Amino acid sequence: MVRVLKLELRGITKRFGTLLANDHIDVVVEPGQIHCLLGENGAGKSTLMNVLYGLYEPTEGDILIDDKPVAFRGPGDAMAAGIGMVHQHFMLVPVFTVAENVALGAEPTKAAGFLNLDQTRQRIKEISDQYGFNVDPDALVEDLPVGVQQRVEIIKALVRDARVLILDEPTAVLTPQETDELLDIMRQLKSRGTSIVFISHKLREVKAVSDTITVIRRGKVVGTADPAASTTELASMMVGRAVSLTLDKAPAQPKETTFEVRDLTVVAPNGQHVVDHLSFHIRRGEILAIAGVQGNGQTELTEAILGLQERVTGSIVLDGKELVGRSVKEVLEAGVGFVPEDRKVDGLVGTFSVAENLVLDLYDKPPFAKGISMSPAKVMENAKQRIGEFDVRTPSAAAAAGTLSGGNQQKLVMARELSRPLRLFIASQPTRGVDVGSIEFLHRRIVAERDQGTPVMIISTELDEVMELADRIAVLYKGKLVGTVPAGTSRDVLGLMMAGIPPEEHTPEEQTPDGHSPVHHAQTPQAGTPAPASNAEGADHA
Amino acid sequence: MPDQQSPEHTPDAQPAPPPHDSQETAAGEQTAAAVAVDTAGGAMQPSAVPGTAQSGQLPGDSGTVLRRIFTGSGMVSVLAVLLALILGGLLIASTDKQVASTAGYFFARPTDMLAAVWNAATRSYIALFQGSVFNPRGNGLAAQFAPLMETLTIATPLITAGLGVALAFRAGLFNIGAQGQIIVAGILAAWVGFALHLPVGLHLLLVLVAGIVGGALWGGLAGLLKARTGAHEVILTIMFNYIALYFLRYLLNTPAFQRPGESNPISPILDPSAVYPQILGSQYRLHLGFILAIGATVLVWWLLNRSTVGFEFRAVGANPKAAQTAGINVSRSTILVMAIAGGLAGMSGVAQVAGTEKVLTDGVAATYGFDAITVALLGRSTPWGTFAAGLLFGAFRAGAVQMQIQTGTPIDIVLVVQSLIVLFIAAPPLVRAVFGLNPRRRKPARAAKSGQAATTGGAA
Repeated sequence: MVRVLKLELRGITKRFGTLLANDHIDVVVEPGQIHCLLGENGAGKSTLMNVLYGLYEPTEGDILIDDKPVAFRGPGDAMAAGIGMVHQHFMLVPVFTVAENVALGAEPTKAAGFLNLDQTRQRIKEISDQYGFNVDPDALVEDLPVGVQQRVEIIKALVRDARVLILDEPTAVLTPQETDELLDIMRQLKSRGTSIVFISHKLREVKAVSDTITVIRRGKVVGTADPAASTTELASMMVGRAVSLTLDKAPAQPKETTFEVRDLTVVAPNGQHVVDHLSFHIRRGEILAIAGVQGNGQTELTEAILGLQERVTGSIVLDGKELVGRSVKEVLEAGVGFVPEDRKVDGLVGTFSVAENLVLDLYDKPPFAKGISMSPAKVMENAKQRIGEFDVRTPSAAAAAGTLSGGNQQKLVMARELSRPLRLFIASQPTRGVDVGSIEFLHRRIVAERDQGTPVMIISTELDEVMELADRIAVLYKGKLVGTVPAGTSRDVLGLMMAGIPPEEHTPEEQTPDGHSPVHHAQTPQAGTPAPASNAEGADHA
Repeated sequence: MPDQQSPEHTPDAQPAPPPHDSQETAAGEQTAAAVAVDTAGGAMQPSAVPGTAQSGQLPGDSGTVLRRIFTGSGMVSVLAVLLALILGGLLIASTDKQVASTAGYFFARPTDMLAAVWNAATRSYIALFQGSVFNPRGNGLAAQFAPLMETLTIATPLITAGLGVALAFRAGLFNIGAQGQIIVAGILAAWVGFALHLPVGLHLLLVLVAGIVGGALWGGLAGLLKARTGAHEVILTIMFNYIALYFLRYLLNTPAFQRPGESNPISPILDPSAVYPQILGSQYRLHLGFILAIGATVLVWWLLNRSTVGFEFRAVGANPKAAQTAGINVSRSTILVMAIAGGLAGMSGVAQVAGTEKVLTDGVAATYGFDAITVALLGRSTPWGTFAAGLLFGAFRAGAVQMQIQTGTPIDIVLVVQSLIVLFIAAPPLVRAVFGLNPRRRKPARAAKSGQAATTGGAA
């Protein structure tokens, strides 16, 4: 069954109008190799893969399979040649079963054209068993977790006999543990002779699985790297200048508590308590990071603070003012800056210009508006200033925000939210899908905001980010607070906390940097009822 | 995103419920921490669909196609009109006697038939032009420009109602209800016009206000229902059209509205103090309503591009979730934009009863409300685009009669041309393909980005 395949891209150039997306790229994927294409967002990795997959026609250059040039007129040709692709955003029909999705496009039929899914089911079971995928062919795709959906995409490619599998930013949508599972699957696929082209900008993953690394920058191959190279070396190659991966930040100098959440409960439309009697506080000049696996109530917590959730009980106090029951506008006017977790959905209007997006929540305030009359000149002036200050890379202030790269979109949102005096800054997944160069910048801005004396709340599912930014770390599990621990708590302890195990069961006492009392877990998971005593303890620090 | 799979929360849940799930044993040799993280994920079933995977679809995927149709480039509009006229011309020629007879010896002398086709089409279109813009056979300049005045008169209600549809569309609402809004406005304006007897000036002002308020209420009501109950505005406005129409028919049979001594459903004639003055003298039907339509266009332009209200409308229309997160009250925007759209359509109702008809019948709205959708579509939902499209459709309607009289080409040809225009606008790639403007091989890539499962699956 092993049909090994050597893939070569030779001198691939792709132009979109005046934009040179790929500039004479040469890549050779040896059989049975995990070949990583490393590059920042917008470097041209995805364009290159779309060329390979037959979605774009190269302006120049050849694709060679086993040293023979081929021409793909569409994904069908690529698939027939043994190339499979798993897109960053899955191409699955949510209301179809796994088997139906896998069959889609090459439906096996019985006599008279009746659909024959048994065959597909059988193949899925085989592949699933072979690789330990654990995928039920009859499950509805919409019911499956993201990691499993991704496996369905991989199965789709394998069923079509893919010998080279392209994974386009496969870990962008995964939680840390799903990422580890995927890396494992990749190793297994490789051991069975499937070559993999792995597109990523996450250095740790790249180092963990790659055999060869090709670094792409601004549409050009800038070199190959050894997976054993240090992350700093890789990052520098990718960004084209020295980058510091560790954040230099001075120790926090927390002042009084101005933001406090007490006994907060959010009830979802299905009656579930998605945030469950949550209490915590943030002092001025410190960063509290909310850690936890995605889907443990983080989204609802931020939405509750912002006034986007309907069934909220408990209290959220900022500067002595109660925020529960207020409209989003009132909350924003109370001085809350908010960077939502999904900038494309909640943070930006893609068809609006950069300038308009920069005043999306300020458009009706002076100097941008007098009464209901807006001043385009002032909006433009503001845009010029913010674009410079936050180094937003955009053709012009009038360009549509949707055309910017992920990192620049995030800078745009951040620029807007930090452009007015804040009493509380909340950033949810501040660097998700953002390139290394921008991450550094965004992190420094967040710390700068802290140093101005603003209480900062960071919600992140990336443990690295949490550990880097936080002055204190609160871990959420099923909407409850597992505990609050100081910065510097070990990965292992945080990992266990993310699984719902409170810190005192597995960790010696630790001192907070400011010499305060040890780990205090505001609530044990038993506490279905409010636990005022322990909450009060948390608040006492002020 | 609410997590439906995770076990329900019981107050006495153990700190670490042993998680059992499909994924827990996937990786054997990992550290304790990693396993713990892993199982937590397994137990929790992180949100079923990745946030980012949804992002392309969330703000109303069905709306994006409509959005593209409504707000595409103006070039496509122009080309669509051109293409529709060409096809219309061929259609005219196909029924022409001269063309038929020359077709008999097409292979002997093809130029005869081609000339006949050209003649037939141009003859009709020249007649259409003469009927809608300038008629050189008129007695004196005034008569020669009479067709243009007629075009402007007919365009008036098309423009204002079209602006209503366009404005609502910019806020993400597909307002099919211009027809009903015109009718309700017509009812109120007509009643004020014939039942009240007020001084000159005040009377007309009141007629205008009554009509605008009537349309605004009718539109705003649909907006209110949408905002409060989530009902779809297309269904609401269609039903409101029916309600308005049948309510009007009922009213026209009541003593309050029926003209005394008349058995037909027709209202009394409006007072002279309640009708729009004819702005260019009594030889033309062109009335004050046209000036108001220009004013409305300016106002809508200002509202959309220079006011905070319009900023809200456009933000809500383009991405309601981001608008909400930025503190914009989406419900309020929905209600307000539907009310303003209704008010604009209401101006059309006033133009009908106080401008051209001067009475109220059940045909007060003709098909202006529906044509308004086409006008907004052709105008790409921009105020001046809508204005221009309104003029064009006004010209079609005005010229069609002349065309039939002069060349025998049926009026219906104009409707065919109008329909073709819509068809071509709805399929920009078709228009670009006809004119050879399609960028090569762009389509598959775009399809891939729009998250169609069928692209990758289906191409196998």
